[in-house]
Amino acid sequence: MAQATSPLEVIDDAPARRFSSDAAGLGRLRAGAFVAPALALIAVFLVFPALWVLYLGLTNYRLTGTAAVEPQFVGLDNFVKAVSDPAFWNSTWLTVQFVLGSAVIGQVVLGFTIAWLMRDRTGPLKRTVEGLVILAWILPSAVVSFLWVALLDRDGGTLQALLHVPGFAPLLDHPMLSIVIFNTWRGAAFSMMLYGAALGNVPPSHLESARLAGASGWQQLRDVVFPHIRGHILTNLLLISLWTFNDFTPFMLTAGGPDGKTEVLAVHVYKVAMLGQELGYGAAVSTVILLINLVVAVFYLRLLRSKK
Amino acid sequence: MAAIELRALTKVYPGGVKALDSLDLAIPDGEFFALLGPSGCGKTTLLRTIAGLETATGGSVVIGERDVTGVQPGGRDIAMVFQDYALFPHMDVTDNIAYPLRIKKVGKAARQRKAEEVGARLGLDQLMDRRPGQLSGGQQQRVALARVMATQAQAFLFDEPLSNLDARLRLEARTFLKKLQRELGVTTVFVTHDQAEALAMADRMAVMEAGHIRQIGTPAEVFQRPANTFVAGFIGSTPMNLLHGTVHGDTLEVAGCKVPVPVSAEGLLTDGERVVYGVRPEYNTYSAEPVEGSLGGKVVIVENLGASHLVTLEVGEVLVQAVVPEGGEPSIGADGFAAPRRDRALVYRDGELVSA
Amino acid sequence: MTRFVLGRIGFYTLIAVLLAFFTIPLLWLVAAPLTSDPTYEVRVPDFTLDNFRAILEHPYALPSLLNSLVLAVGTALLVVVFAALAAYALSRVRLPGRDALLYALLLLSSIITGTAAMVPLFQLAVELNLIDSQFGVILILTGGLLPAAIFMLKDFMDSTPKSYEESARVFGASPLQIVRHVVVPLVRPGLATIAVWAVANVWGNFLMPYLLLSDVEKQPAAVIMYTLYTEGGQANLTLLSTFGLLYSVPVVLMYLFVSKKYGFRFHGGIKR
Repeated sequence: MAQATSPLEVIDDAPARRFSSDAAGLGRLRAGAFVAPALALIAVFLVFPALWVLYLGLTNYRLTGTAAVEPQFVGLDNFVKAVSDPAFWNSTWLTVQFVLGSAVIGQVVLGFTIAWLMRDRTGPLKRTVEGLVILAWILPSAVVSFLWVALLDRDGGTLQALLHVPGFAPLLDHPMLSIVIFNTWRGAAFSMMLYGAALGNVPPSHLESARLAGASGWQQLRDVVFPHIRGHILTNLLLISLWTFNDFTPFMLTAGGPDGKTEVLAVHVYKVAMLGQELGYGAAVSTVILLINLVVAVFYLRLLRSKK
Repeated sequence: MAAIELRALTKVYPGGVKALDSLDLAIPDGEFFALLGPSGCGKTTLLRTIAGLETATGGSVVIGERDVTGVQPGGRDIAMVFQDYALFPHMDVTDNIAYPLRIKKVGKAARQRKAEEVGARLGLDQLMDRRPGQLSGGQQQRVALARVMATQAQAFLFDEPLSNLDARLRLEARTFLKKLQRELGVTTVFVTHDQAEALAMADRMAVMEAGHIRQIGTPAEVFQRPANTFVAGFIGSTPMNLLHGTVHGDTLEVAGCKVPVPVSAEGLLTDGERVVYGVRPEYNTYSAEPVEGSLGGKVVIVENLGASHLVTLEVGEVLVQAVVPEGGEPSIGADGFAAPRRDRALVYRDGELVSA
Repeated sequence: MTRFVLGRIGFYTLIAVLLAFFTIPLLWLVAAPLTSDPTYEVRVPDFTLDNFRAILEHPYALPSLLNSLVLAVGTALLVVVFAALAAYALSRVRLPGRDALLYALLLLSSIITGTAAMVPLFQLAVELNLIDSQFGVILILTGGLLPAAIFMLKDFMDSTPKSYEESARVFGASPLQIVRHVVVPLVRPGLATIAVWAVANVWGNFLMPYLLLSDVEKQPAAVIMYTLYTEGGQANLTLLSTFGLLYSVPVVLMYLFVSKKYGFRFHGGIKR
C-alpha cells in the first residue's frame, strides 16, 4: 500500500476514487446490502400484495372449486358487480357515516376540547384526564371492544344500570351510533395530543394581547388559536380519516350486524372474500379501498411537504 | 514525524462548487501550522481532505514522502481531533484513549498501560474510569488529545480545537496546546476562524478565502506585512486602516492629508496612481499637536481597551483609528493627529501589496 | 364575578362529564376480575383471586399470552434489525433514488393497511404455505411495520453526529468495526423505542392472526379474547374479565416505561 514516490515526481491528478467518502466508509455496495433485507420483506409482503390485488380484482378467483384451480380473467366484471351491488353501496355509505361521525366530528371535537380545557395546566387533574384518554387508546382492541359490549349490554350492562331503561339495547337498536361513539372514545387521544402540542406552540403573547383587548375565551379561540392551528387541523383530519376508514374494530363489536347495519367496507370485504369465498370480487372492493387510501395519503404527504 | 505536502490540490463538489482551488502547501516536519479564514473559505474541507474524509478531485496529498491521495483515511498514519471531540459516550476514558490501539490489535493489557501512561501525562489519572458525559469541556479536550497521542501518528489534525471551550478556558488551553506540541514535536495542522488564536499558537499559517490560499507566513509576517487587502483586513484584533490615496512624488495624498511614502514601497510607485494606503492603529503615533506627515482630524470616539485606548478620528470624510497608551487619551471633539510609522505603513495596488 | 364563577362551574362540570365518559367503560376491567361471579354490571369488588385461578385452568388462555409474546418479540426483532441496517445505510450513504425511495416507503405504509390487503395477503400465505404459521404472521407484520420503522430510525440517525464514525475511521477502523463499536451503542435508545413500538403494535393486532392462524393453540391473546365472547353460549365473564386484564397490563406497563424514560409521545409530527 505504501508507495515510495519521490516528491519531485508529477502525480497523476485523476480522482483516485479508491475509497468512499461516507462517514464510516461503507460504500455503495455494502449500503445496498444493508438495505436489501428490509426492501425484500417490504416488496414481498407489502408491495406485491398491493399489486396482486389489482390483478385479482380482474379474475373470478375463488378459494375452492374450478375457479380456484383455473381462475379466469373476467375483466371489469367484478367492478361492475360491485358498483351495481346494493350491499357495496350500503357499506360505503355506512363507512362514510362512520368516518364522518367518529373521526371528522367525534375525535377532532373531543380531542380538541380536552386539549383546550387542559391547556396551561400541569397538575394531577391534567395527568388523570390525559392518562384515562390515552388508556382508552393503548388498550388492545379486543379488550376495549368487549368492555363496550359489556357496557352496552341490554340486561346487565353498566349503562343500563345507570339509566334504568329496560329493554334498551344500544348495539341492537342504534348500532351505527354505538360504534361511532365507541370509536370517538377510542381514538380521541391522538387528536388530543396533537392539538395539545399545537396549542402549546401558539405564542402566549398573542393570546394575552387578545385578552387585554377584552376578547372572551371563545373570541380568543376564533381569532388567535384557529388561525395558528389551521394547518394542523387538516393533517390531523386526513390521518385519522385514513385510519378510521381502514379500521376493522367495528367487526369485534357487532360483526357487521344486526342485518348489515354496521357493515363498514372493512367488514364487508372480510365477509365477501373470507366468508363468502369470493376472492376476486373481494379483491375488487379492496382495490377501491386502496385507491381511496392512495388519494388521502398523497394529499396528506403533499401537505406535509408544503409545510416543510 | 512527517512533513505534509499538498500539490495542486483541488476539490469540486457535485454541482460545481469549488471548495479547494489548486492549492500548493508545504508544511515541514514538526511544525504547528494553522489554517485560518472566515466560514466557508475551505479550511475545514482542506483538513478533511488531508485526513481522507473528503476525496480530492485533483492534485495530491503527500504525508511523510508517501503519496496518500488514494489511501483510505485509516491508512494514512495520521490522527484527528474533531470539533466536538467525538469521545465515544459508551466507553470510559481509558477505553476511549486505548481505542486506536484496539484497532491496531494491541493486546488489552498493553493498550491499557499505554492509555494510563498518556492519560497521566495530561493530568487525567483521576478520571480514567469516568464516562465522557461526566467530564468538563477542558477534560474532554485533554482526553481527545490523549487519544491522538496514543496513536503515535506521524501528524495530527485539529478541527477548531478551542471553539467548544468557554472564553476563559480557551486562553489557558491555547498555552497548553502550544506547549504540548512543542514537547511532542509532531507535525500538527489546526483549523481556526479566530485570527488571534492562529497568531498566538502557530509557527506558520495559511490565510484562506473562498478555496484559495491568500498568504502563507509566520504570524509576524502575516501581521506586519499582509500580502493583500483581504489578509490585511482579516488579521489583527483592531482592523487595519485601509484608506484610498493618490501618489504625489514621494508623498501620498490620503484623506486630504499628506503622508510620506512608506519604506516598503519606496521607488515602486508611479506619480498620480491611485492606491490603498494601509497602517495598523497600533502603528499610528497619536499627538494632540500638529505633526508633519500625519493624518489630522477631530476625535469622535474613544474606546477603552484596557491598558490602551482606541481613538477614532474623523479626517475629512473618512475615519482613521490610532491606539493611544494609558494616560494619553484625548477628549471627544478635540483635534488629533495620527502619524503613521514609515517602517510599518504599507501600500496596496489592486488589492496586492506593493513591495520589492 | 358571577361570570367567573359560572365559568368555573361550567369548566368543572365539563371535566366531570369527560372523566365519567372515559372512566365508566374502563371500570369493568379493573372491578370484574376481582369480583366473584362477575356480571356485566360494575359492582364494588370483594377482592377475590379465584378468577385468576380459573384462568390458569383454561387450556388456551395463558398459552395465548405466550403466543402473543412470540409474535410480538419475533416481529420486533426482525423489524429492529432490518430497519436499523436499512436506516443506517440510507442515512449515511447517498444511494441512487434514496429520496424517492423514502417517499415511496411513507406512502406505502399509509396506503397498504391490513384491511386493504387482507385478500391478497391471505392468498399469498396460502401460496407460500404460510397459513396457520406463526412465522408467516411475523413476516407479514414485519413487512407492514418496516416502512414506518425505517423512516423513524433514519430520522434518528440523521440527527446523530457523524464525527464519531469519522473519528473511528481515521483511527483505522473498518466500516463493519465502526458499525459494531460506534454506531450500534450510539443508536441504542432509538432501537429500543422502535422495539417497544413494534411490540405494542403486534400485541394488540387482531386481523392478521385472526385471518391466518386456524389452530387455536397458535392463536395470540387478541384472537382468544375475541373468541371467548363470541363463541356460542353464555360468555364466561370470569374468564373474560381476568384474561382481559392480564392481556392489557403488559402494554400499559410498556407505555409507562417508555414515556418515563424517553418522553415518547406521538404528537403527529409537531415538534414541541
